[in-house]
Amino acid sequence: MSGEQQFQNLTSDPAVQQMLFKAKAENIPTVWDRYEQMLPQCGFGETGLCCRHCLQGPCRINPFEEGSQTGICGATADVMVARGLDRAIAAGTAAHSGHAKHLAHTLLKMTQGHARDYKITDPVKLKKVAERLNICVDNRDDNDIARDVALAALADFHEKDTPVMWAASVVTPGRVKVLSDLGIVPKGIDHEISEIMHRTLYGVDADPVNLLLGGLRCSVADLAGCYMGTDLADILFGTPTPQVTCANLGTLKQMSVNVALHGHNPVLSEVIIKVAGEMEEEAIQAGADGINIVGVCCAGNELMERHGIPSCTHSVSQEMALLTGAVDVMIVDYQCIMPSVASVAECMGTKVITTMDICKITGADHIEVSDETASENARQALTQAISIFKARKNKKTDIPEIKNTVVAGFSTESILTALSKLNADDPLLPLVDNIKSGNIKGVCLFAGCNNVKIPQDVNYITMTERLLKENVLVVATGCGAGSLMRHDFMDPSKTREVCGKGLYTVLNAIGEANGLGGPLPPVLHLGSCVDNSRAIEIAVALANHLGVDTNEIPVVASAPEPTSEKAISIGTYAVSAGLPTHVGVMLPVTGGPLVTNVLTQKLKDLTGGYFIVEPDPDKAADALLQALDERRAGLGLE
Amino acid sequence: MSNFKEIFVKTDICTGCNTCKLACAVEHSESRNLFEAMRQTPKPRARIYVEWLQDNISVPVLCRHCEEAPCINACISGAITRSDQGNVITDNDKCIGCWTCVMVCPYGVIGRDRSRRKAYRCDRCPDLEIPACVNSCPTNALVYKTVDKFSADKRKAALKGLVAGEGA
Repeated sequence: MSGEQQFQNLTSDPAVQQMLFKAKAENIPTVWDRYEQMLPQCGFGETGLCCRHCLQGPCRINPFEEGSQTGICGATADVMVARGLDRAIAAGTAAHSGHAKHLAHTLLKMTQGHARDYKITDPVKLKKVAERLNICVDNRDDNDIARDVALAALADFHEKDTPVMWAASVVTPGRVKVLSDLGIVPKGIDHEISEIMHRTLYGVDADPVNLLLGGLRCSVADLAGCYMGTDLADILFGTPTPQVTCANLGTLKQMSVNVALHGHNPVLSEVIIKVAGEMEEEAIQAGADGINIVGVCCAGNELMERHGIPSCTHSVSQEMALLTGAVDVMIVDYQCIMPSVASVAECMGTKVITTMDICKITGADHIEVSDETASENARQALTQAISIFKARKNKKTDIPEIKNTVVAGFSTESILTALSKLNADDPLLPLVDNIKSGNIKGVCLFAGCNNVKIPQDVNYITMTERLLKENVLVVATGCGAGSLMRHDFMDPSKTREVCGKGLYTVLNAIGEANGLGGPLPPVLHLGSCVDNSRAIEIAVALANHLGVDTNEIPVVASAPEPTSEKAISIGTYAVSAGLPTHVGVMLPVTGGPLVTNVLTQKLKDLTGGYFIVEPDPDKAADALLQALDERRAGLGLE
Repeated sequence: MSNFKEIFVKTDICTGCNTCKLACAVEHSESRNLFEAMRQTPKPRARIYVEWLQDNISVPVLCRHCEEAPCINACISGAITRSDQGNVITDNDKCIGCWTCVMVCPYGVIGRDRSRRKAYRCDRCPDLEIPACVNSCPTNALVYKTVDKFSADKRKAALKGLVAGEGA
C-alpha cells in the first residue's frame, strides 16, 4: 500500500499505519480522528485548575490572572490539583485492586468447590506467598493454604489492626520504616480509596502537602493490589516462564476463527483458551483451520507470559485489530477498552462481547461470565465467534503481513532460575556483580500505555534505544511491553545490534548458560500492568542483596506515553518506593506550583523517589541516565 | 480598509468557559506553550475578557479596532496608530501610561500592564492565520471574518428561519 507514510506522525507501527490507511479510505473514524476533533483541549483541565467536586462549582483558576486566586470555597490552585491527583491515584488503585479482588474471590470459590474451571497451578508459588504472609504451610494441603491466602487477600481490603500485608511484606525493611515515618503505610486497600474520596470532598483536606501524602499512601495500596493480582494469578494459572511467540496484527489468520481477548484479568481469558482448545473440531467443521486466540492490551500480556499466546496490538491501536476485518469476536472484561471498539466492530460486521457486570458497552453483546459457570459462558462466546467466522470466511480481510518475534515470560522466578545457571548458590550475585562492574549501568522499567497525544511508540523506541546503548537493563510491562515487542525489542536476534557491549555480554552469558544458543532478548517482558509488582520484587531483591533500600539502587521507572489513571497510580507507587520516575505526558497538576515542586523535587527528601515530567524522549533519556549515575555515585560505583 | 477580517462574537453561544482567555495569554507569552507560559514572569496577559451579564449569559469582548477609534485621537503621546493590516496598535516606546485610552475606550478592553507600565490590547495575533482566541473556542462563539462575510452569513441564517417559518 502506498500513502501509509502520511500516518507516520500518528504511529510508528507500520501495521497500524496500514490500518489507518484503510480507515481513511473507508471513512471509519478512529481515536486519532476523534482527538483531532477534540483540539484544542481545555487549558484548565490540562493544568488541573478546574474543580467539580461540589455543586457550587465548577471553579476554574486562571493561571494568568494577577494575585492569588481561589475557587469559590477558597481552595487554592495547589489544593485543587492535589485533590485531582489524589482522585486519579484512587481510581488507578481501585482498578488494579478490583482486578486482584476478583482473583481472590475466584481462588476462594475454587477452594470451596464452587469454581470447577479453576485449580492451583503453581503450588510452589502458593506456599511462597503463604509463608510471606505468615500463613502456616506445614502439613497442610494446598486447598487449605489457598483458602487462607484468599481470605488474607480479601482481609487486606478493609481497615484492620494489621497494615495491608501485600504492601508491608513486599518491600525492604528500610522502606517499611520510611513509609511508617511518613504515615503512609496503608491500612486497607478499599479503606485508602475511600479515604481519598472523603478527604477530597467539599470542605475537607485543604493542605496540599497533606493531600499528597494521602495520595502516596493510596499509591502504596495500589502496589499491594498489583502485587496481589500477580501473586494470585500465578497461583491459579502458573508463574510465567520464557515463551517464544509473536506479536502484531500479522498474528491474525484469514482462515482461522480469530478471537481477540481484550482487557486485563486472566480469570476470563484462561477459561476462554481452555474451552477454545476443546472447540477446535467445531471450528474445523465450520471451515476454519482452527481457533486463533490473540491478546490485546494486558489480557494479551497475561496470556503471552504464561502460554506464549500472540499479542495482536495494544492500547491506542486497539481499534486496528477490528479494522483488519479478520477478528471474529473481541471478548473483553474490563479496563482500557475504548467504547469505540463496538462501533468499529459494527462497521466490520463483527462483534464485541462484554463479559463483566461492571463493564457493558452500548452496541456490544453481553455474556455474563461468572466463576461458577465460566466454561459454559466461554463456550457461548466462542460459538458466536464460529458463527461470525462462517459469514466472514469468504470475505476479503486486510491483515498486515507484519509479525514480530517475541520472547516473553520473565517473572522474578524465571529470571532467578536463568541466573541460577550462572551461580546456583546465589543467583542474584551475577546480576549484582555486573551492576557493580558497570557492565550494567542500572535497570529501567518501562510501564504504561500509548497516548494519542504522542505518535504511537515513538517515546518508547527513542528512550529504549538510548538506554540499551548505555547498558541499562530494560524491563517492561503492560502496553509499554506491548509497544516494545511490536518494534523487535523482545527479539533475541536483535540483542547484539541494539544493546551496549556490557549489557550484551551479560544477556548473552545468561542465554548461553541456559542453553539458548544466544542472548536473552534486549528487553525483558515482565507481564501485564499489575505485574509492575514483578519490577518492584526485583528492585527489592537487588536492594536487599546490596544491603540498602530501594531509594539507593540504580533503578528508574518511566511511563513515556501514559493514558490511564492506572499509570498515574503506578508511577506514584514507584515514587513511594524511592524510584526516579519519568512521565512523558504533562500530569494535570502543573497549575499548582507547590504541588509540582513537591512531586518533582521535595519528595526526594521524603521517599527518595520523585517525578521527572518530560515530554521530549531524548531529554527524558538524559534525565534517567543522570538519575542512574547519581544512584551509582551514591553507592560508590563508577 | 474595511475588508480586513474582524473578530466577531456570537453572543448566544458563549458558555463562559474562559478558554479564549487562556489561549490568548499563551499566545502572548514568550514560549507560546501553556505549561511554560504559566511560569513566565511577569505573567503573559490575556487581551480578551469574558463578561458575565446575567444568568447564563456570558459574552467575550476584546478590542474592536474601531474604524474611528477614539483612543487614537485621545492618545497624548501619539503612541496609538493604525497598522497597514487595519489594527489599532500601541507603540510601547511612546506609551507613557497615562490611561487616557482606557478612559475613552467605549468597550473597556484596553488593559494596564502594571509591571511594564504600558497599555495593552488585542493585536489579532499577527503571527497566526486565525487568532488564538477564535481557534480555541470550543463552541465557535468567536469567529474571524470580514464584516461583509459576517453580515452575509447572518442574513442567510435569519432568512433561513423566515423561510422555514413560512413553510410550516
